[in-house]
Amino acid sequence: MDEPLTLSQSDKRPMYLQIMEQIKQRIAVGDWKEGQPIPSIRQLAADTAVSVITVKRAYLELEREGIIVTQPGRGSHVSTSPGLGIRLREQELQQHLENAMRVAAQLGIRPKEIERRLREAGDRVAERESV
Amino acid sequence: MNDLAIELTGICKRYRYFSLDKISLQLPQGEIMGLIGANGAGKSTTIRILMGLIHQDAGEARVLGHPMPAEQVAAKRDIGFASEDMRLYDSMTLGWHMSFIQSIYPNWDDSYAQVLLKRFGLRADQKIKSLSHGQRVKSTLLLVLARKPKLLVLDEPTTGLDPVARHEILRELAHVMQDDGRSILFSSHNTQDVEQISDRITFIDRGRIIDSMDKEMYLDRWRRLRLEVPPGLHLPALPGVIDVRQQGRLAVATANAFVPDLANAYETRGARVQCIENMTLEEIFVANVEHSREEVEA
Repeated sequence: MDEPLTLSQSDKRPMYLQIMEQIKQRIAVGDWKEGQPIPSIRQLAADTAVSVITVKRAYLELEREGIIVTQPGRGSHVSTSPGLGIRLREQELQQHLENAMRVAAQLGIRPKEIERRLREAGDRVAERESV
Repeated sequence: MNDLAIELTGICKRYRYFSLDKISLQLPQGEIMGLIGANGAGKSTTIRILMGLIHQDAGEARVLGHPMPAEQVAAKRDIGFASEDMRLYDSMTLGWHMSFIQSIYPNWDDSYAQVLLKRFGLRADQKIKSLSHGQRVKSTLLLVLARKPKLLVLDEPTTGLDPVARHEILRELAHVMQDDGRSILFSSHNTQDVEQISDRITFIDRGRIIDSMDKEMYLDRWRRLRLEVPPGLHLPALPGVIDVRQQGRLAVATANAFVPDLANAYETRGARVQCIENMTLEEIFVANVEHSREEVEA
C-alpha cells in the first residue's frame, strides 16, 4: 500500500490542487513509475481521509494534463509518456522562474539585473554543494 | 430505481418560536453530505424529520426509497443513527451493548467491531458510566458503524471531541465511503471537518436552506478579490459579488459566483486587482449567513 497523502490546513490552495501536486511529486521523483497502476479514487480518498469528490477532481485535472490515464473499470495508472518525471520537474522549474519574475516586476527590477542575480545564486549553490 | 439515499422535498415544520421553511435536499448514494448551520439553525430538526422521529407538517421525506415517517421501521434497518441525546445504559459495559445490538441487527460485523475498539482506544469490559465524553461518543459511533448500515445519519459526531478523537472519527467515516453503496449525512458546525470529508454541502440558517450543492463547485464559486482603487472612485458591487468593503484606496470584494471575467470587469472600472484569494468553508459560512440575513431583512 502507498503511504497516504498529507494535506496541509495552512496551505491556502484548495485541497484538490494539493493532491495534484503531491501526485506529481511522487511521479517526478520516480516513486510512481510510468505506466504504474495508482490507487482508485475511493481508495485514495479513504486513505487520505478526504472526500471522494475532491480526489475525483484532482484525477480529472491530472488526466487533462496527460499525467495519469483512467480507464473505466480498470482504474487509473501513471501515463506512459516517456520522460514524464523529467517533464514534471521542468514544469516545476518553469513555475519557480515565473514566480521570481513576477516578484521582480513588482519590485521594478530589470531582466538584466535578474540575470546577474541568477548567476550569483548559481555560484552560491555550486559553492555549497562542493563543501 | 432510486439512487438517492435521502430526498427531502418542501419539508415544513412550524413551532412557536421556530419553523423549518420548505427544506429540500438530495443526497445521492455513495456520497457524504455535511449539514452546516449555526446553533438553532434547524439541523437537528431536519435530521429528526428524516429519521421519522418528528412528523413534518408538510412536504415529503424519502430515505433509502422509503417514505418517512410511514415506513420508518423498514428504513431504520439500514440506517445507523447517532446523536448527542442517545442514551447508553450507564451500569452496563460497552461489550454488553455490543452483544445487544448484534442480537438485533443481522448485519453486525464483529471483526470490524473489534478493529474499531482498537482504533478508538476503547475497552469492551468498561462500564458506560466510567467513560469520558469522547469515549462515550466513540462508543455510540462504534455501535452504529459495526452494523454496516447503508446510510449513516450522524448529528454532530465530532462536537466536543479533542483533535485526536475527531481525526479518528473523520478517518473512519472516510473509510466507510470506500463502499460506493453507502452514504453519510452528518451535521456539524465545525466547517473544517465538513470541508475535509464532504462531497456535498448543505447550508441551513434560520430554518431555511441557503445552499445545497457539490463541494468542489461550491468552493470554486467563492473568492475574495483585493483591489487597489484610484482616489475618488467608489467601487460598485458587480454581478456575482455579494459584498464590497472599501477603506480609502483599498477594497475587498467577496464573490459568491466568481468567474475570471470579474477581475477584468473591475480592472476596466479603473481598479487594480492585487490578488484573488480562495476562501475556506469557514469564511464562506460566515459571509453567506450574513449575506442571506441581510437579504431576508431587506
